[in-house]
Amino acid sequence: MSHDHSLNPEVMPENPEKATLEGKNKFLGFWFFLGGETVLFASLFGTYLALKGSNGSGPTAEELFGLELVFIMTMLLLTSSLTSVYAMYHMKNNDFGKMQLWLGITVLLGLGFLGCELYEFYHYIHGEDFTFRSSAFGSAFYTLVGFHGGHVAFGLLWITTLMVRNAKRGLNLYNAPKFYIASLYWHFIDVVWVFIFTVVYLIGKVG
Amino acid sequence: MSTAVTHKKGFGAFLWDYITTVDHKKIAHLYLIAGGLFFLIGGLEAMLIRIQLIKPANDFVSAGFYNEILTMHGTTMIFLAAMPIIFGLMNAVVPLQIGARDVAFPFLNSLGFWLFLFGGLLLNASWFLGGAPDAGWTAYAPLSTTSPGHGVDFYILGLQISGAGTLMGGINFLVTIINMRAPGMTYMRMPLFTWTIFVTSVLILFAFPALTVGLFLLMFDRMFGSGFFDPTMGGNSVIWEHLFWIFGHPEVYILILPVFGVFSEVMSTFAKKRLFGYTAMVFATVLIGFLGFMVWAHHMFTVGLGPAANSIFAVATMAIAVPTGIKIFNWLLTLWGGNITVNSAMLWSLGFLPTFTIGGTTGVMLAAAAADYQYHDSYFVVAHFHYVIVGGVVFGIFAALHYWWPKMFGKILNEKLGKLTFWLFFIGFHLTFFIQHFLGLMGMPRRYWVFLPDQGLDTGNLISTIGAFFMAAGTIVFLINVISTSVKKQEVAGDPWDGRTLEWSIPSPPEHYNFKQLPLVRGLDPLWVEKTEGRKEMTPAEPLGDIHMPNNSILPFVMSLGFFIAGFGFIYQVDDLSWLTAVFVGMGIALGAMFVRSVKDDLGYHIHKEDLEKGAK
Ligand code: HEM
Ligand SMILES: [Cu+2]
Repeated sequence: MSHDHSLNPEVMPENPEKATLEGKNKFLGFWFFLGGETVLFASLFGTYLALKGSNGSGPTAEELFGLELVFIMTMLLLTSSLTSVYAMYHMKNNDFGKMQLWLGITVLLGLGFLGCELYEFYHYIHGEDFTFRSSAFGSAFYTLVGFHGGHVAFGLLWITTLMVRNAKRGLNLYNAPKFYIASLYWHFIDVVWVFIFTVVYLIGKVG
Repeated sequence: MSTAVTHKKGFGAFLWDYITTVDHKKIAHLYLIAGGLFFLIGGLEAMLIRIQLIKPANDFVSAGFYNEILTMHGTTMIFLAAMPIIFGLMNAVVPLQIGARDVAFPFLNSLGFWLFLFGGLLLNASWFLGGAPDAGWTAYAPLSTTSPGHGVDFYILGLQISGAGTLMGGINFLVTIINMRAPGMTYMRMPLFTWTIFVTSVLILFAFPALTVGLFLLMFDRMFGSGFFDPTMGGNSVIWEHLFWIFGHPEVYILILPVFGVFSEVMSTFAKKRLFGYTAMVFATVLIGFLGFMVWAHHMFTVGLGPAANSIFAVATMAIAVPTGIKIFNWLLTLWGGNITVNSAMLWSLGFLPTFTIGGTTGVMLAAAAADYQYHDSYFVVAHFHYVIVGGVVFGIFAALHYWWPKMFGKILNEKLGKLTFWLFFIGFHLTFFIQHFLGLMGMPRRYWVFLPDQGLDTGNLISTIGAFFMAAGTIVFLINVISTSVKKQEVAGDPWDGRTLEWSIPSPPEHYNFKQLPLVRGLDPLWVEKTEGRKEMTPAEPLGDIHMPNNSILPFVMSLGFFIAGFGFIYQVDDLSWLTAVFVGMGIALGAMFVRSVKDDLGYHIHKEDLEKGAK
């Protein structure tokens, strides 16, 4: 478990995120955590599917959703996943500056996504009179999509903290795993969104 | 609980040491003490229930209070007593059994404990703040969504907080077991207890998030006006049942698998034989874990899912009897022809075999969906789950405590008192619960406050209550045993039972770094392998070197305290929005502590080789 702190070699080992036992533990532990998160979202999806028709006298999914905005949101999030891949690529090449740059872009794209989502919710609540308390459908919709949005916000906070925290000291074998799992988390959020896009919006629109 | 520390430091320092500890062996003590206290509280509640039911039309407790003690008894026993004690055992033993210096995430380990404890305190605070939850430990909607007062809110937040702690523990042990085994400790050389903890951890990982979601939805319905379970808004209360049992059924395997591991260790040690059918035992464990996920709807046969769903779940449930049967036979064959020592730990194990077999049999009866329409929510069910939970889990916990006590505390529990505990509890147990099968078949419903006279239920209930007093007496004898052993001076060597696995190769209690040098594992039952070749201890797998250790930290305690405070805020903001202050203060404390944790590097420290050599003399 020893980690020499000055470890900042000319060349990073092939997989810096797994080069120390601590890194290995973090890496594996995080994968398990994502397994738990999968069950969490699966439960929310199941609930949503069971309740999506229960809109009472309120608007139905079909009346409510517009695909343009969610399409933009999807693009933003998918692109941000790609940019985080670039960041990890530069991490493995020990190029701290470029890694930070691409992470920065990732954060901006994520912020864009979150902005769109807030706009969407605002629009539903004030424009369509569709709220968390409108019907079981409303509760399920805001809970599922909101949980995802909360994950996005948390991910942004996390990546930003990491970037700020390590700005001065560069990359080493102690923080490489931290960057790596943050990017894993970001991919996970992206994958969940793809399901939301399909299950909530596409199916909601098509019926 | 006396370690060397007690003698050197004052009580304040001792307490501080435990509050900030990240040592899995001390965290084990904490789990044991806290879980033990909750076990006593849950036991007290059980006694109140049984006293109320001692005679027909009794008015010892009120109907409302009865609902509260019934709910809290079940909730406490499952979440705050049985599971934490098992967490205590796994913390005490698993790293030692696999030859690891530590767990993968020591900080998280401590956080997990404090979350559990503060969650449990929050739940029990309800007693003093206007009433405990009263909708049953299953909290079925709409009973739970419409239950007045704040009882159910305490249930929701208490379990949410302690559940988060459990999830962390599960992940921690998965990673520990996968990444930190000593050289040579292949999967098929892992002791069975470690194997069962491994599978249990997988179950925790996949079961608890369903509970998390269920509790959130319940919270939203009760506190924020959503309509998940409210039919007038289009909601559906069966969703709660599904989420609860997707968690709840695996939960009973989370409880029982570890004690299967315990019995395997105890029986092979005291029969002086290698566990019979080791490979089959491993596969049976994995198979039970897997099937445990497939059968949750057997709790919902009477909901009206339809004959097709009921049949599938019935057959899947019955299938679990196969790997379980394999286990029972393997235990019997481990004993067969063994050189058996019958001490306290072994008594609990022998008592378990017939008891659990009865519980398993009634389980298969319940799994027959058509027949379950008759048994459902009758005392037959109560008898069944106590035969498995008490006859399995509690017996296993007692066996484990007698077996590993010397490893944890350096002292052996008194054998005479140990045997007395067993006999009182064992006889009391069967008196209490065997007759409940018949009470159930005669029509006595579950969860009823009173039963009527002259329906043939009087004698059975009286006997049942008398049995409960026997169990209480057994528990008291055990407590006396613990206290008198703790104040005694006698200390034991590393290997009092002539053990087979790695934990017995080091001193009792172990040094805080566990192993001075990682051991080289050359087979199943590694210490026994060395013993049969004439050596007294393990061959080291590495030269003596510096050992890296994690730093203690107060942050887990602070974080959990933050969530505890926020919990009150969430519960009371419904009455008065100014309680949102508590939400913000509490979350602020928790997030602040997380922030400190993430910006402050915690690099730990090293124990130097020279100091280790000095220690070795
Ligand atoms: C040791 C002595 C114990 C006694 C005398 C006892 C007694 C009882 C009684 C009378 C009930 C109520 C049954 C009903 O009317 O529905 C009950 C329920 C329950 N008990 Fe125990 N119990 C004991 C130990 C335990 C333990 C150790 C556990 C778990 C580890 C446990 C778990 C439960 C659960 C889950 C319920 C169901 C609660 C509910 O229906 O909401 N019990 N117990
Ligand atoms: Cu079940």
